[in-house]
Amino acid sequence: MKEQKKSTYFIKGMRDGIPIAMGYLAVAFTLGISAKNANMTGLQAAVMSVTMHASAGEFAAISMIATNAGILEMIFTEIIVNLRYILLSCSLSQKLDAKMPFFHRFFLAFDMTDEVFGISMASAELSGGKLHPYYTYGAMAVASPGWVLGTFLGVVLGNVLPISVLNALNVALYGMFLAIIIPAAKKNKIILGLIIVTMLASSLFAVLPVVRELSSGIRIIILTLLIAGAAAFLFPIKETEVSANE
Amino acid sequence: MNNQVYLYIAVMALATYLVRMLPLVLLRKEIKNVYIRSFLHYVPYVTLAAMTFPAIITATGNLISGVIGLLCAVIIAYVDGNLFKVSVGACAAVYIVELIMRLL
Repeated sequence: MKEQKKSTYFIKGMRDGIPIAMGYLAVAFTLGISAKNANMTGLQAAVMSVTMHASAGEFAAISMIATNAGILEMIFTEIIVNLRYILLSCSLSQKLDAKMPFFHRFFLAFDMTDEVFGISMASAELSGGKLHPYYTYGAMAVASPGWVLGTFLGVVLGNVLPISVLNALNVALYGMFLAIIIPAAKKNKIILGLIIVTMLASSLFAVLPVVRELSSGIRIIILTLLIAGAAAFLFPIKETEVSANE
Repeated sequence: MNNQVYLYIAVMALATYLVRMLPLVLLRKEIKNVYIRSFLHYVPYVTLAAMTFPAIITATGNLISGVIGLLCAVIIAYVDGNLFKVSVGACAAVYIVELIMRLL
């Protein structure tokens, strides 16, 4: 019975992983093209993608490899570019059952991209507030090959996909983010308000002098700290409300 | 040079992994503080919204297809909410809009 539950969650995760893999194919393809321009081989780029699973982090990695940056700069830059994952992982940690075998936490962290995080949180909400790790593994099993294959193909094929197809595929990941936040906004007015405020502020951050010079990763962290921080202060969630939400 | 690239990749991959793994491993207990709980509850929505907008409208070939892709995604997400349908719908909208614009 328990095995069956695992496979049910795994298959559900694989299904939700398909749009992620699609979007990844496109994004990783452009990543592969820049890896090629930095004289990396297809294998190197694929190894980078399978071990890092991070778009901003990998674009930064490619430019640092190309410019022969020092190893300390590499470590420091990767931590900065990936800093938002600290917030996301803290948030995810609250959806993990204390009774879940501990080793899962090491595996879950491996491919915890923004997209896999997003659907994992949404899945946890649906299944009583706790994440079933096999759901995430199923999503990773589909999403990760899309990411790695896309990177590899970007290096070896270069500009073989027509730009019109790449343009269209480029919105796949954003579409998925919207599929996660819009249904939540429909049910909860506070979240709806938060999303509108965040999008306005994020647009402002993209055009304001000084702030727009910051990397998008840093801008997202600042927005998250400010807006989620203010929301927690203005609309704290009582225990009972949380469980009612979930 | 070749081996050095793999060394660089290994080091950066480790840094990336630690950033993701440490909070999961260190935060084993449920946080009781209402403020922190609420903050972490709101984090995904704010982060995903900030990543999506305005990036989505500049992700395609032009602003118009980007905006229409966004609108289609929002509408499908509101009506249905299925990840796959929203993603594919947004991609198809962008593709069709750009196709029409080329024909005009």
